[in-house]
Amino acid sequence: MFQLSNASFSHGSLSVLHDITLDIVEGEKVALVGPSGAGKSSLLSLLWQQNPEQVALCPQESGLVNILSVYQNIYMGGLSRFSTLYNVLNLIRPWASRKRDIAAICQQLGLSDKLFVSPDKLSGGQRQRVALGRALYRQQPIFMGDEPVSSLDPEQGDSLLSEVLARHSTAIVAIHSPELAIKHFDRVIALQQGRVIGDWPTADISVATLEDVYRDA
Amino acid sequence: MRDTHSTGAGLRTLSLWFALVAIIALFFADIFLYQPDPWIELSRIGTGMVTPYWPDISELAISALHTISFALLGVAVSACLGVLLAMWFHWRAVRVFSAVIRSVHEIFWGLLFMQVFGLSALTGLLAIIIPFSGIFAKVFADIFHQQPATAVNTMGQADRLSRFIYGWIPQAWPALSSYVRYRFECALRSSAILGFIGLPTLGFHLETAFRQGDYSEAAAVFWVFLLIIGTVRFWLYKRFLPFYVLAAIFLLPEMPPVNASFIWQFFTQDLWPVPLQQGDLSGTLSWYGRVVSDEVIPALIQTIAITQAALVLSGVLALMWYPFASRWLVGRFSLIGRFKLLVLRSVPELMLAYLFMLLFGPSALPAIFALALHNGGLIAFLLANHSEDAADTQRIDSASGVVRYFYQDLPQRYPAFLALLFYRWEVIMRESAIMGVLGIATLGFFIDSAFEEIRFDKAFFLILVAAMLNVVVDSVSRRVRRAAGLTTPRM
Repeated sequence: MFQLSNASFSHGSLSVLHDITLDIVEGEKVALVGPSGAGKSSLLSLLWQQNPEQVALCPQESGLVNILSVYQNIYMGGLSRFSTLYNVLNLIRPWASRKRDIAAICQQLGLSDKLFVSPDKLSGGQRQRVALGRALYRQQPIFMGDEPVSSLDPEQGDSLLSEVLARHSTAIVAIHSPELAIKHFDRVIALQQGRVIGDWPTADISVATLEDVYRDA
Repeated sequence: MRDTHSTGAGLRTLSLWFALVAIIALFFADIFLYQPDPWIELSRIGTGMVTPYWPDISELAISALHTISFALLGVAVSACLGVLLAMWFHWRAVRVFSAVIRSVHEIFWGLLFMQVFGLSALTGLLAIIIPFSGIFAKVFADIFHQQPATAVNTMGQADRLSRFIYGWIPQAWPALSSYVRYRFECALRSSAILGFIGLPTLGFHLETAFRQGDYSEAAAVFWVFLLIIGTVRFWLYKRFLPFYVLAAIFLLPEMPPVNASFIWQFFTQDLWPVPLQQGDLSGTLSWYGRVVSDEVIPALIQTIAITQAALVLSGVLALMWYPFASRWLVGRFSLIGRFKLLVLRSVPELMLAYLFMLLFGPSALPAIFALALHNGGLIAFLLANHSEDAADTQRIDSASGVVRYFYQDLPQRYPAFLALLFYRWEVIMRESAIMGVLGIATLGFFIDSAFEEIRFDKAFFLILVAAMLNVVVDSVSRRVRRAAGLTTPRM
């Protein structure tokens, strides 16, 4: 489904990824781990470019539009499913059926009472849940997230992550917590300084191994 | 429950209120179409625009040089005065003084000084220097305020002047000089339109050509003016500045001799109503009462109605135009949109209004259109820059096309858009007041007529009213911005 062979990527003159070769098949749940600056976000956007139409993306810069409501911010995930006119009218007055869909998503995210609040009035954790909501409303088979639950409390992060993973057949998620990586994914890819330094089935490794990956930074 | 929690809903309500006021304002503004068939005139103007012609090139060149000289010397002097005022801006008296001198439009200063100094270089220079000093004072004070205080804190108990010369001014130099550069462009516009009241700048020839219906000649002046504004960055080099200033002094039109006792009489007697000078209280009151009911109130209604309608129309145009000038939204086509906006923001409102007046007759319509086109173009240009600057931080999976504009870019730009619009409010009010010199019944019309009737006392009082109106709008705008939580936008 996603393939890279000897891929490199640079940001201006700064080279971020070197010689990446990997193959991700449909149905896999992959965690990307590694210290910050290791190239996880760049790898994600490289993979995203291979199949942008089928990916529900949840990037680190959440891309929330501050003055629109939570409803509209989540609706943005579904823009490509509706006609331009439908989308523009929705901006003036939300469609009742869309409001039901999105209210249901908000309920799952614990944002029921925030449907018509704008994200600039929300806490960091709430904002992150809105960004997740947008990804959910993409309704695509593949999920790509960049630290999608980093601002949530551990318990909530844990349950929302399993919810999100259950709704997507394939997932590639950059994640900072070794526990979450081991618990929710079947494959872990470790990056360091732009190179893949480990690629294991989760069954083969322990939390301690992953902690070392972060520590070696 | 919805509005209070959503920033967007709050800003939408605010915008709708302004739109409602603008619609009501249209009922008060005189928007009658006096010219039933504007198309014939429009085609003549259009033909003129593409067939510019001027019989005497040297005459046009001299008036172009006068325009530049006024602007250059005006900015040079007022920037220095502005720094001085900004240094003492913590004094309330200085702040009020600056606010008062900048609240009177260049044209009104010009009309005032014309009575004593005639159509001379001094009139033109003072008309630019006085309001520009007030504007520079305020903006420079803001710039100094935004500088970190670390450098100045190391100077110990140095006196105020030294602290500025060694600390604040060098530290803020890039910001100061880029603002002065921008102001020079504004001064070129002011200098040109001072020709409308008779000074020997480009506006004079433009007005004459328009009045005679010679649109090829008008177009020649117009294109020369755009050329000057458009090429500033190619000829205004800092290292040549002393040379330019000397040349500008040399190029100024001749100064007729000035009679000192006449000036004294003008400022101490002519500007004040006779009953006031005689200490006749009831006579004074009835004099002011008459002027207020006959002229001030109708003039204020027209001025405010035109301003409110133009403000909202500027906003609508800015939102419609800016996407076409942003590379992130329309790609390569943005160059065309950008060029259009540059032209619109370079043309002074008064010139545009004159043009529209030929099409629609002397109603409020030309004024509203001219103000909206110029200010809408200016705001759209800034918004397009914001939009392009933000492109790097947008999500890689951003929607495209119309939806990108409505869901992403427009809501992201909207707070800055409103802030910019409210910043222009005072400017639009100033400009709509002077639209009167074209014959539209705003304050400027009554001021111009009073000067023509040699009723200096009335003219002066009406100028004070216009100034007060600007001070009020400035303060209302500041309050609205604060209440709506709008921060100072990047210019």
